[in-house]
Formats: sequence, C-alpha cells, structure tokens
Amino acid sequence: MDYNAIGLTAGIEIHQQLNTREKLFCHCLTLLRNSAEHSGEFFRYLRVTESEMGEIDRAAQEEMKRERKFRYYTYDTTCLVENDEEPPAPMNDEALSVCLTIARMFGMTPVRQVHTMRKLVIDGSNTSGFQRTALVALNGALPNGGEIETICLEEEAAQRVKDDIFSLDRLGIPLIEITTSPCMHTPEEVQQVAEYIGMVLRSTGKVKRGIGTIRQDVNISIRGGSRVEIKGVQELDLIAEVVRREVQRQETLLAIREKLLLRKASVHDNAQDVTDIFTSTKSTVLKKAKRIYALRLDGFTGLAGYEIQPGRRLGSEFSDYAKKCGVGGIFHTDELPAYGITAEEVLKVRTHMSACDQDCIVMVAAASDTLARCALHQVIGRAQLAVSERPVPEETRKMLEGGSSAYMRPLPGAARMYPETDVLPVIIDDERWNATTVPELLSVKAQRFAQEYAIDRNYATRLALSEKLPLFERALAEGIKPKLAAFTILSTCTELRRDGVAVEKISDEDYLATWHAVESGRTAKEAIPDLFKGIASGDSFENVIRKLAPTVSSHELKSIIHKIVADRSEFVEQKGRAALGPLMGVVMTEVRGSVDGKIVSEILRKEIDAAFAGKRS
Amino acid sequence: MYGGKTRKGIYITERDGMAVVKLDSGYNIGVDPVSCAFSGHLPEIPAKKPDVPQKKDLPGLSIVSTGGTIASRIDYRTGSVTSQFDAADILTAIPELANVANYRTIPLATILSENMTPLIWQELARAICEEIKRGVDGVIITHGTDTMAYSAAAISFMIDSPVPIVFVGSQRSADRPSSDNAMNAVCAARAATSDLGEVAIVMHATTSDDTCAIHRGTRVRKMHSSRRDAFRSIGIDPLGSVAYPSGEVSLEEHAVRRGCRKAGIHDKLEEHCGLLQFYPGMSPDLLEAYEGCKGLVIAGTGLGHVSTTLIPSVRGLVEDGTLVVMTTQCMQGRVCDRVYDTGRDLLAAGVIEGGDMLPEVALVKIMWVLGNERDPERAGSLMQADLKGECTRRSTHGL
Repeated sequence: MDYNAIGLTAGIEIHQQLNTREKLFCHCLTLLRNSAEHSGEFFRYLRVTESEMGEIDRAAQEEMKRERKFRYYTYDTTCLVENDEEPPAPMNDEALSVCLTIARMFGMTPVRQVHTMRKLVIDGSNTSGFQRTALVALNGALPNGGEIETICLEEEAAQRVKDDIFSLDRLGIPLIEITTSPCMHTPEEVQQVAEYIGMVLRSTGKVKRGIGTIRQDVNISIRGGSRVEIKGVQELDLIAEVVRREVQRQETLLAIREKLLLRKASVHDNAQDVTDIFTSTKSTVLKKAKRIYALRLDGFTGLAGYEIQPGRRLGSEFSDYAKKCGVGGIFHTDELPAYGITAEEVLKVRTHMSACDQDCIVMVAAASDTLARCALHQVIGRAQLAVSERPVPEETRKMLEGGSSAYMRPLPGAARMYPETDVLPVIIDDERWNATTVPELLSVKAQRFAQEYAIDRNYATRLALSEKLPLFERALAEGIKPKLAAFTILSTCTELRRDGVAVEKISDEDYLATWHAVESGRTAKEAIPDLFKGIASGDSFENVIRKLAPTVSSHELKSIIHKIVADRSEFVEQKGRAALGPLMGVVMTEVRGSVDGKIVSEILRKEIDAAFAGKRS
Repeated sequence: MYGGKTRKGIYITERDGMAVVKLDSGYNIGVDPVSCAFSGHLPEIPAKKPDVPQKKDLPGLSIVSTGGTIASRIDYRTGSVTSQFDAADILTAIPELANVANYRTIPLATILSENMTPLIWQELARAICEEIKRGVDGVIITHGTDTMAYSAAAISFMIDSPVPIVFVGSQRSADRPSSDNAMNAVCAARAATSDLGEVAIVMHATTSDDTCAIHRGTRVRKMHSSRRDAFRSIGIDPLGSVAYPSGEVSLEEHAVRRGCRKAGIHDKLEEHCGLLQFYPGMSPDLLEAYEGCKGLVIAGTGLGHVSTTLIPSVRGLVEDGTLVVMTTQCMQGRVCDRVYDTGRDLLAAGVIEGGDMLPEVALVKIMWVLGNERDPERAGSLMQADLKGECTRRSTHGL
C-alpha cells in the first residue's frame, strides 16, 4: 500500500517504568505483588470535578455515564499515599535524574521549573481520580529526522485485577512518557522509531524490564480520517500491524460513509420498547433482560456487519459505545438470526419497527428502561458520526489481541490538567543539567563489544540488549574472558530455560563464582549447565560444585581415560582416531564435566594413539 | 521562545522568579520571564450562575459556610488549595443534596479553619440561632477540619437547639474526583434531617465510601492528620451513623433526640483563657506567663499531673483569680488527683479536676463558663457539671 498517497501520519507515546528504589511520590518500594497477597481492601466512588478552566473533560464525562464504585487492594508494601489518604511526598529525585539523562540523550531542553500537574483519570486506575504528571523536557531529535516533543515524568496507574477492582502495588511507580511529533509515515517507520527509543531508554540501565513495563500508545490518522490514539501496545513487534489495521479501519469507515450517502441513509431516534415480542424467546441473553429496545437505522443494512478490521465490524463500534452505559452489548440484524434469536423474531421486530429491506435494526437488552435508552442513545450518536463529514471519530482506543482495536473514550481535551498543589515545583538549574551525564548507547556498546572482544556482531547486539548486560560488564571488570561470559548468558542460559530450568533464580554472584571457577581450572566450562541446574533447583554454588566436581587429579584422569580406552579396545581398533569424538562424551560423563575438554581430548588422543599403535605392533 | 521553538501558552502566575505558563497540552512549566512575550488577553469566561432546583416539600435546611476543604479552589497566587466557595457553590457541585432537603445558604466566612477565632464562634452561634428561629429543620455548618472539633464544642455550649446542628468538612480537597466532600455533605444533610437533636460532626467513618459517623460535638477529636476517617468519638460511642449511598440514618440510644431542647443562645465567651500541655522539665516561667488569665486548662500527664516544681506557680495563679482546670493528655480516661501526692498537692493548690473532658473541649467550656458566670465557686462547679455531654459520669468506654 502506498501510505504516502493516503496521507498516513503517526506519532507515538512510549511509557516506560523506571527502576528506581522508591515510588514517585511516596517512599514505598517499586515492588509488584501478586494480587492474592493483598493485605486489605477499600472502595471509593469517583465523581467528575471542574478543572481550573471550568470545563469538565469530555473523556471524563464519558466515564461518568456509569456510576462506578471501585475496589482497591492494599499491601504491606503500599501506604496511605496510594490510598489517597495522605498528601504526596516531594518528587523522587532519582526518577527526575533518570528523566534528565534520557532528555540529554535526545538533545532536549529541560524545563527550568518543573510543575507537577493533576491529569484527570476517572476510570478508577488512580485512587485520587487523577494521575500526577510533570513536563520535564522539550524538543528532542530522532535519527529519522523526527522530533521528540516532550518527556514527562508520571506516576504509574493501579493495575486492574478485574472489572472494577484495582491493585495498588503498581500505583505510583515512576513512569517516563516520551511523545514524538506526528513524524512517521509508514507502519515500519513507526516500529523502527519505537525500537530506537526503547533502546535509548534501556541504555540508561535504569528502566524496568519485562512484560508490562513498557507500553506504547500510537496516534494515527490518514487524509479525511481523524487522529485516533491506540493505547497499550505492549509487544513492540505488533506496532506496525496496529498501524496497518488502523489505516484499514479509517479507510473502510470513509468508504462506508460513501455507501451510506448513496443510499441516503439517515439516523433518527426512533427507539422503541420491543420486550413483548420476546416473551417466549429461546435467546438466553434476551430471556434474562428486563427490557429490550430496538432502533431502526435507515439504509444501514449490510453495513453494520461490514468488516472494518480483522474481527471488527461497524456494529462492534456501536456495541463499544453502548457498553459505556453498562449494557453487555448490542445485536444488529446483519448478524441475525443467531444467539438464539430466530428469523421469525427478527421479522416481528422489523415489522414492529416499520423497517424496509435497506434498514438495519439494532437491539439492546438491559436491566432498565434508562439503561436501554442510554445504550441506544450512544448507538445513535455513533451511527450519526458514520454518515457525518467526519466519519472517523477522534477516539482513544485500546489494542485487542492481534492488533485490532476497540473504542475506549473520546480523545481527552486539554481541560483534564490542573496543578498538583501538594507538590512543590522543582528547579533544574544549569549546574544540575550540565552535571547530567549520558551513558553509552546500547547500539554503540554492541559495536564496541564486537570489535574489542571479537564477539560475533549478532551476539554482541543481543548481549547489549540483554537484561544481563550489567553482569557481563562486571564479569569483564573482574577479568573473566568475554566469550565465556557471553556464551553462558546467551547460549547456555537460553538452552537451560528452554529445558525448563529456572535460570532466573541464579544470582549474579553465582554466575561470577562459576566463571571464576572455570577460569581457575576448578571446574570445566562443560560443567556449567549442570552447575546451573543445581543452583536453580535451590542448592548453593559451593554445594553444587562440590557434589558435581570431585577434583580429578591428572593422574586419576589418565587412569580413568586409560580404563575407558582399554574397555573399548575393539571400538578403538575399528575407528582409530575417529574414536576420539564418541569417547570424549564417555570421559566427560565419567568426570562429570569437572575437567576441561581440551585436556581430556589431549590425553584421550594420546591413549588412542598408544592403544592403536600397541595393537599394530 | 523555549527549547529553540516558539510556543503559545497562557500565563498563569509568577512563581519564585519564574513565569508559570500553561501550554496547549495542559501542562504548566516555569520559564525565565525574559523568554515570554505578551500576545493578548484571554477572553473572559462568564461566571456560571448556580442553578439549584429546590423541592419545597422536602425538609428545610440552612447551610452556614465558614470555609474549609469542603469548598475549595485552586489559588494561582500561591499555587495552593484554599477555601473560597460559599455554600451556593457546594449545592452546584453536589446536586444529590437536592434530593434530601431544600436549602438556604448563609455565607458567614471563607477562612481556613486554623484562622478561626472565638469571635467568629460567636457570630456563627448568632447566625445559627437566627436560622433556628426561622424554623428550619436543621443546620449544616461547613468548616475546615483542623479546628472543627473546637467550633463544634463552642456551638454546643452556646446554643440550645431543638434541631440538629451538623458540622461537616472534607479531608481531601473538593477539586479532586476522589474527594470525600460529596459523601460527607450528603450524609450531613441526612443527619440534619434526622431525629437527632444536638450538635454533631458528620464525617467518614472508614476509609471506604460506605458510612459516615455522627459524633457528639463535645466528645470528638481529629485523630489523624490526613485520613478521611480522622474524626473519632473519644470516651463514648458515636451518636450514630449514616449509610452511603442509601442515606439511612441510625441513631444510638444516647443521642439527644430532636425537640428535646428548647431554642436558646448564651453567646458570651471569656476569651482570656489558655490551654497548656505539660511536659517533663517544663519551666515554671511558662505557667507564670498565664498570670492575669481568667481561666487555664492544663493537659497534665496520666491521672492529671504536673511536676512538683510547678505547684507553687499553679497556686500563685489560683490565688490571683485564675480558674485552673486539670485534664489529661492521655485523651482517654478521666483525671483523678487523689491518688498520688502530686495530685493531692494540686487539689490543695486549688486546681479543679476536669473529669474525662477532652483538654480542648475544657478550654472552650472554660471560656463559655467564665463568660456567663463570674462567681469562681459556681464557675468551678459548672466546669465539673455535665452541660452538653462533655463529661460522662461513668467510664464505660475502653480504648
């Protein structure tokens, strides 16, 4: 596809958790917990408030369509600040320093006086109803010529356990938000920029690693479409696909509008109570519902069921909007009869609603008239947009598995911010800014490793991006051979992990002790997998090495090898020197890897030669 | 110009030599004022008129506002949250109140509660009395939480009321979606339309938004600096509770019921009184500094003690005509100066035992007693009498 021709413009926001000791606005450790370990819980209602400009944010209003009660899990590692029961502590200086480092790496201008703001978020993920966030630096450059607009330092939101239950362990972990300008024009470019920023962030060595510690939001628009923000892309590899699918969605919505206009489609509030039609229905959803309402969308037949993205139809969009009123979803006649609703029932509804062939009927099952009306009102709003001059509404959407997306809420306006008066501004003066040092980029580091240590280029890159990079650098400083350390981290451990060994239980100290043991000849590098298996199963390094490698003296080794060769004299006779390979394995098993393979092969070769010569003579 | 680019923003204020500018993104940043250029004024936003639909068939309540966090707004001069709204703004912000009663709002003061004075207590008492005379079914006083308990005690002594007088505030500023202001206010309105007949504080009972507790105005303390459920009844159980969101009020047996007291006001106060917390090693000079005061409440240790070295100064004060009342800084339990020598010496010096009165309640009470009774002996007896539930005769309540 020619993305240039359709005017694709995209920007990204990257949210990365920082690996500081304490949280951003309290002194709790940045520890993630298992929600089953929670030590207490409480609940709150959140309500919309007026921001400093006197407007209520439209995204916040949307959330308020439902009266919501939120439950929160507390832990012995959370405090009253997370509970919104105590004013915040001053901004965590360690977190600010990491932001400044990153700002310098992108060549940005720091904000002289950093002001913490309250960003209205009333989906329950923040106990206060706002997220604390501060703009730290502006105006950075990207290698593709694009711009990093801003770096903000924010507090991480609480993790949703399920529905309206949130876990407070994550709330308050420092998060850096990096926002690019809309400077990307192909899906692949978006992915490359995201990868690059991720690499820069990891170069600081101060960011958290693992699933969920980095999230990308992508802003996408095409000509004639609208800016749509897709939140929560966790897998980097999916970014390009998310962009492709959003382009497809916007193009299809534009095309649907053309079709609707040709059909002279129109949307009116003609909603009616059709509960009576379904008194003896077989549909379980409708049977349970107190009220069933129907709405006629003139000229929409076939289009509600039209696919706009893999797995998503225009009807899915209607349904997302309706769900904001707390209903489970909608039915539309493009997908009926189904779900236990019979063709006869569909016909009855169509007749009742005076629908002709081109008209689509949307139905909603709800617990009350109010909820049903609210849901259909939402559908009317969304359907009107489909025929309007802007058929792609400006929205915040959430990514679904595979890269499609679902509607979350309208794009928030600027009204959602007002000053966090409980946190004093922080000054970044020249002295602090000039003292901020820039670490070596991981890409540069990889190049250096390849050159200095003669490590394979691909290996060097993986090493630089690995979580074990600090360990590798420590090993080098302690005089361990780079290849030994690199091979252990990248190959041995990967293989062990594949075999189900809990490699993550091996501490950096154990790695170092192991390497020192190899370097000093106390054990052989072939013994590393067995050593690690032992340590991973909970035993101490010393115990494992003692059990594994009873020291074999060179005299003992010679007699072991002599015996092995003697026992297999026929085989040796047949194969000659070619017996070396198979016999190596036998010897190594016998000495349980406690001797360097080189030494073994040397002695073994001599023994074989001797045996061979002996037979001949 | 900032960061090599020209940016448009709204100038908010000056702070520590920096110009605070709100960017289009909503973020505030502080920049060097020389990097800013003026481009024009913001169009004025017309002030919204509060439009509160009133239901005449509902009970009538008066809301007297004194300020405090139940009605707060951001102050751009200092960047801090200050009390600025009057009661009408509260009704705009909390529309559910309209389902409970119809309201009159009396803006009495807009102060932070640490700036409260006995003079304002008196103005408040008169304002409340006027509302009672109008025949309202209850009065709500919005108040900052820091000194709310002092004011509640002062009103308890100054006013006899047949209807509930309910103090309410919030511990989280009203600008935030999680504020406790709305629930506290709704529960206060429920309590003020209930069968209660005394002065009370109604605030969160737990950290969750489930229940508000109704506390007697003379037996309540702010026991936490920041939690929603900071207010606790001391020495007695709460008078009752209000469930949220149902609004159901349950009153305990010991709560004074509506209509039990006749309306009346005794608003005289003797301001020249003090409250002194004793600590080990306290110098007699500190006590002597109260010379000339009409009344002094001492928050002593344990059963009601100060060090022996202070006793001559205490005797001096009493001889000069100061009414000295002993309370305990333990908060829980009552004073008994007959157990140890120091106590007996204090009694001999003319100190009056304050029973199980809270020290700050005893201070407010001594102001009221001395404002209304000149005779030292009768004043002393009044200090020991239970006037508005401030003293219990039996210690039935544990910690």
